[in-house]
Amino acid sequence: MMPEYLIDASNLRKHFGGLHAVDGVDLRVASGEIYGLMGPDGAGKTTTIRLLCGALQPTAGKEQPTQILIGGVDMLRQTELARQQIGYLPQRFSLYEDLTVLENIHFFAQARGLQDRDWRPRCMEILQFVGLAEFLDRRTGHLSGGMKQKLGLAAALVHRPRLLLLDEPTTGVDPVTRQDFWQLIIRLAAEGNQNGRSTAVLISTPYMDEAARCTRVGFLRQGRLVVEDTPARLRTRLQAQVVEVVGRPLPLMRRLTSKEPGVEDVQMFGDRLHLRVQEGQAEAVMEHLNQVLPEQGCQISRLRTIPAQLEDIFISLLEIK
Amino acid sequence: MNLRLISLIRKEFIQILRDPRTLILVLIMPIMQLFLLGYAATNDVRNVPLAVFDQDRSPAARKLLAAYRTADYFELAYEVDSEEELRGLIDGSQARVGLIIPPDYSTQVNGNGQAQVTIILDGSDPTSASTALSAAQLIGQQHATQINAERIARQRSLSGLRQPLEVRTQVWYNPDMISAYFMIPGVIGMILFALTSILTATAVVRERERGTIEQLIVTPIRSGELVVGKILPYVILAFLMVIEVMTIGHYWFKVPIEGNLWLIMGVSGLFLLTSLGIGLLASTFARTQQEAMLIVWFTLLPSLFLSGFFFPLEAMPKFLQWISYLMPLRYYLAVIRSLMLKGVGIQVIQTEVIALAIFGFGLMTAAALRFRKRLD
Repeated sequence: MMPEYLIDASNLRKHFGGLHAVDGVDLRVASGEIYGLMGPDGAGKTTTIRLLCGALQPTAGKEQPTQILIGGVDMLRQTELARQQIGYLPQRFSLYEDLTVLENIHFFAQARGLQDRDWRPRCMEILQFVGLAEFLDRRTGHLSGGMKQKLGLAAALVHRPRLLLLDEPTTGVDPVTRQDFWQLIIRLAAEGNQNGRSTAVLISTPYMDEAARCTRVGFLRQGRLVVEDTPARLRTRLQAQVVEVVGRPLPLMRRLTSKEPGVEDVQMFGDRLHLRVQEGQAEAVMEHLNQVLPEQGCQISRLRTIPAQLEDIFISLLEIK
Repeated sequence: MNLRLISLIRKEFIQILRDPRTLILVLIMPIMQLFLLGYAATNDVRNVPLAVFDQDRSPAARKLLAAYRTADYFELAYEVDSEEELRGLIDGSQARVGLIIPPDYSTQVNGNGQAQVTIILDGSDPTSASTALSAAQLIGQQHATQINAERIARQRSLSGLRQPLEVRTQVWYNPDMISAYFMIPGVIGMILFALTSILTATAVVRERERGTIEQLIVTPIRSGELVVGKILPYVILAFLMVIEVMTIGHYWFKVPIEGNLWLIMGVSGLFLLTSLGIGLLASTFARTQQEAMLIVWFTLLPSLFLSGFFFPLEAMPKFLQWISYLMPLRYYLAVIRSLMLKGVGIQVIQTEVIALAIFGFGLMTAAALRFRKRLD
């Protein structure tokens, strides 16, 4: 059976003057997926999401036309119909700070076409789900950052969308709330698909560790999708290519190791260094370092290869020419 | 009305009521303006359009007319054949001053009698009327002195000399020439124009500035619904302000409301289209509320000075008078003053009403065409 794509976009393109914010991105997200859109600030994550929900008009491509299908509906031709299937949580808080929690949800429920007898049970259900049921009458401006994000999620979910677009929902949120938030997202993706409704989530984040929670990850750099894979397969990319060095003095070791042939990158992590070495060079590099570093007056207490962290992989991706 | 629109309007009202400081300012501003502008400064008036009903048509009468024309206070704009015609011109504000020369004018002046000419002034603009009044009397007296000099030369004696010319003045519509009568309809125009355009522009831009537009974009609310939903609460607020100013103007400043109240509300609604259109158009250019406010101010200032709100249009140089035809407020002020003070019917003000309709629908269409439910 062909997988059902909730996002099927080809040749996404948005130029702001001479700046190519998004430059020919193809994106397919199937039912049941939690797709993580990763990348440094300014890589084009937000612009990509805004193009997907029709908030920006794509820049016409030269050769190939842009196509955005949301659940099979053409965003560029049947915009409103396509938008009905989307729940969108913008990066910036986008609810009314001068309305209360309930008034905000009520407004977006009605604007989404929920009838009078339907909106209250649905609003209560959704506020319960995000844990804001006790704060119905609180002004939104008086909520904490994490609570605002949860309310934003509730507003995006109120009409039971099939596709959830979340733009950096965990940026600037404390670690506990971040955990809560991810639990909600994973539950949403799982529950939707258990009930026989195909749903999918696309989430953007600058935090590398969050990639592990996604089913699939795409890495954006300068408006282009440079890598797309599952987190597990991404990790195998740098197998036996990361060397950990512990010892003293660290600054001198750093200077020496970065001059070492075969070493591509050196990062400091607290009391140790992570060296990324060229494929198949790990043994040779370690042997050489064991010899060179003591000669220069360094004390090595540990030198070994370690499994790559997602963070190492992203840093390596940033350097691809 | 559909649910989406209702939800939008209710939301907007909650927001208006949640911001009591702005609301109070908005409601107090008209009262403040009323009391500030209830007293107007006097201005030099020149080239006031004059309509003459000359029943004598003699060389003596022409001499009198020439006297009125040589001082550039008056401009002989119309010669009419009946008092009704004269009244029509003043009602329609084509003429500000009427001069009636009686059929026996030359007989009285050339003999030793006393001729009575009547000057009619439109007091609804007391600033120009009071200047015109003293000018008319002064010119009359000078002319009388001249006639007397001729009589003395003819008779070679001073005996039996009497005042040859009496200028009687009648002030129509605002006989006591209270400037409040002139300013208060103006305040209505200014409030409709300034407050509503600023309020709509900032209300629309606020959604963009605070980022709430992003969530609105993905809702199925259509562009048109968004426009109407944002505007309608301010239309209601604007009418509340009109009623506020008219009530205080009528009961405190005793300004008469001669015209049909529904007609007044009708043309005010038509004029609202213009100010809402300007506000909406400004909102499509501005990124922040501050920018929106500045753009509106940019259109506001020329409107205030070139619409006859502060300064009579007759006193301006010709090229400024031409520019004033591009100011929608000019037409509304003419209409609202005529309606309130003179109680004229629709046929007298139809030209202005048509001009207002063209401005209103034109600006609204331009704004609607530019308004996009997108971020770019």
